[in-house]
Amino acid sequence: MNALNRLFPFHGGLKTVRHKTESNQSPIQPGVLPRRLTVPLRQHIGTIAKPLVQPGDRVLKGQMIGQADGYISAAIHAPTSGVVAAVESRHVPHPSGLPDLCVVIDTDGEERWIDRQPVDYRRRHPSELRNILRNAGIVGLGGAGFPSAVKLNLSGSDDLETLILNGAECEPWITCDDRLMRERAAGIVAGLRVMACLLKPRDVLIGIEEDKPEAMAAMAEACSGTDYEVRPIPTRYPSGSVKQLVKLLTGKETPVEGLPVDVGVQCFNIATAYAVHRAIDHGEPLISRVVTVTGHVQQPGNLEALLGTPFAELVEQCGGYQEGVERLIMGGPMMGFALHSDDVPVTKAANCILAASPAELAPEQPAMPCIRCGACVEVCPADLLPQQLYWHARAREFDKAQDHHLFSCIECGCCSYVCPSHIPLVQYYRYAKNEIWAQEKEKEKAELARRRHQARVERLEREKQEREAKLRQKAPAKAPLSPSPSPAKGEGRTAVASDP
Amino acid sequence: MIAAMMVLSALAGVSGLLLGFAAVRFKVEGDPIVEKIDALLPQTQCGQCGYAGCRPYAEAIATGEAEINLCPPGGTNGVAALADLLGRDPKSLNAEHLDKPKMLALIDEQNCIGCTLCLQACPVDAILGAAKHMHTIIASECTGCELCVAPCPVDCIHMVPVAPTISTWKWHAPAIPALPVKAAA
Repeated sequence: MNALNRLFPFHGGLKTVRHKTESNQSPIQPGVLPRRLTVPLRQHIGTIAKPLVQPGDRVLKGQMIGQADGYISAAIHAPTSGVVAAVESRHVPHPSGLPDLCVVIDTDGEERWIDRQPVDYRRRHPSELRNILRNAGIVGLGGAGFPSAVKLNLSGSDDLETLILNGAECEPWITCDDRLMRERAAGIVAGLRVMACLLKPRDVLIGIEEDKPEAMAAMAEACSGTDYEVRPIPTRYPSGSVKQLVKLLTGKETPVEGLPVDVGVQCFNIATAYAVHRAIDHGEPLISRVVTVTGHVQQPGNLEALLGTPFAELVEQCGGYQEGVERLIMGGPMMGFALHSDDVPVTKAANCILAASPAELAPEQPAMPCIRCGACVEVCPADLLPQQLYWHARAREFDKAQDHHLFSCIECGCCSYVCPSHIPLVQYYRYAKNEIWAQEKEKEKAELARRRHQARVERLEREKQEREAKLRQKAPAKAPLSPSPSPAKGEGRTAVASDP
Repeated sequence: MIAAMMVLSALAGVSGLLLGFAAVRFKVEGDPIVEKIDALLPQTQCGQCGYAGCRPYAEAIATGEAEINLCPPGGTNGVAALADLLGRDPKSLNAEHLDKPKMLALIDEQNCIGCTLCLQACPVDAILGAAKHMHTIIASECTGCELCVAPCPVDCIHMVPVAPTISTWKWHAPAIPALPVKAAA
């Protein structure tokens, strides 16, 4: 048993200050029902959902208001009943602070549901189940928001070796998964059963950091009678990152440009499993999520908020801000981003709202020159050379940065955290990645323009030839008719000429 | 003596045959360097370089007739990429051309008279319309070359900068602070 439970520590990582007890002492509270919900149509990775409603339409709780557009996309649903007030660009939680297409719903407070149909997953075909999940808008709730139906499709490749449920929750301050595991372990395991039914893995492991003994006990109890295994993992940031967790639990290294599924492992967040349970066993699409509201607020805690609820109302429900809040972070202090305002809605990816005063989050200090101490290399969980990446990104030598596996960087922030010169390393990597993507997009666009230009040149040439061919055709067509009149004309002309 | 001559002539014959075969079998159509240069150009087909399009400019660069810094849409990065490919020194962009934000043509449809002049000017067929019918720009195909602006008799085409959206927004480079420099002793 000990041999089986062996862990395979990953390189680097950090022991961070936890700050979990601020918010994990009280049970999950239902979030307020706001007067107005702003539901973004892009709450996932992939194509934005197509709006299905128009201003003035009445919608029911759970009614689909945005349809998945393409394979990598997810549906969006009305979080409560009401009337659609607008379908327009509104501010959404995003580091840019830019607006995106949203459906604004004036709630009527009646909470009238659509007709909910529970599904017996054992009797349904896997592709049918995947479609149900896709139409229920299930995406990864750990923060990335990748459509789960895509991950639940192995598309004919070999059976999965290991299915991992990620309950690590390694970021400081965040406790929504902790509370969910303590209070709704049975639901999580029910969802896990559906996932296991689709993926048919040999082992099912649930990884939970050791600092959550209550969650671990609850999950172990819910798993009794199954062969799902709860595995305690050391409290070390970023153990909840997919590749690191896979390494930790199975010893398998995910290939540089690959996914865990390439080594026979698939990984889901525990909240995603719970959402799958709600969708299959209760017929409820994903319309709410547990959000940790913590930091410098009066009563930190976890709220089960409807998607589209403004952050400001959740903060209000937690007693409001304490004095001295300087920044509002969505996500944790390591990987989250600062918001431009608190008038943005909860999305499927919003796991935590952290109101930060200088006490919670040290203000950014001016960057000093790199002294090549190598502290960043020691903590990098992806085994990269952060300092090299930094030099290349700064010098805009993006191809060299790519040679140093820039795209293996998970942006966990360990390097920036330990940097004695306070260099915003992660921002350099994000910048380099974005520039590379933009260049690729531009290249594609140029290629399209080149093809269109070539097609136009060919078309013009073809038309010209066709015109000439027509003219030629006309000329010989006239020729047989003209032999007699033309000499006559000639004669006539000579006659005219000789007239005077 | 004769044996040596025969061996040498045989060798020469065989090599000749081999070379002749290789010349036919591995014949390179066109100049590959033109393709490579063309791939680096932004394909706006705007003609700001003084050539009829991106490909003619690429051919001119390949023959050494044109400088590498004549392409404003390619910007400084484009010049750098060309310099890298051709092993020439990078130059700053020519004359008043500086890096410009990306633009898109927009037809003021109220004023369009349906004359089709812009249709004929567009190098990438990105304008939709017919005679005496309103024209419109297919935004996803427009390269921002500005060639449609001048022919319009009623001046209803304007260039508008492309506003960043959530999907095109980029993290910017962290500002590199200017450190105080101590006066040299």
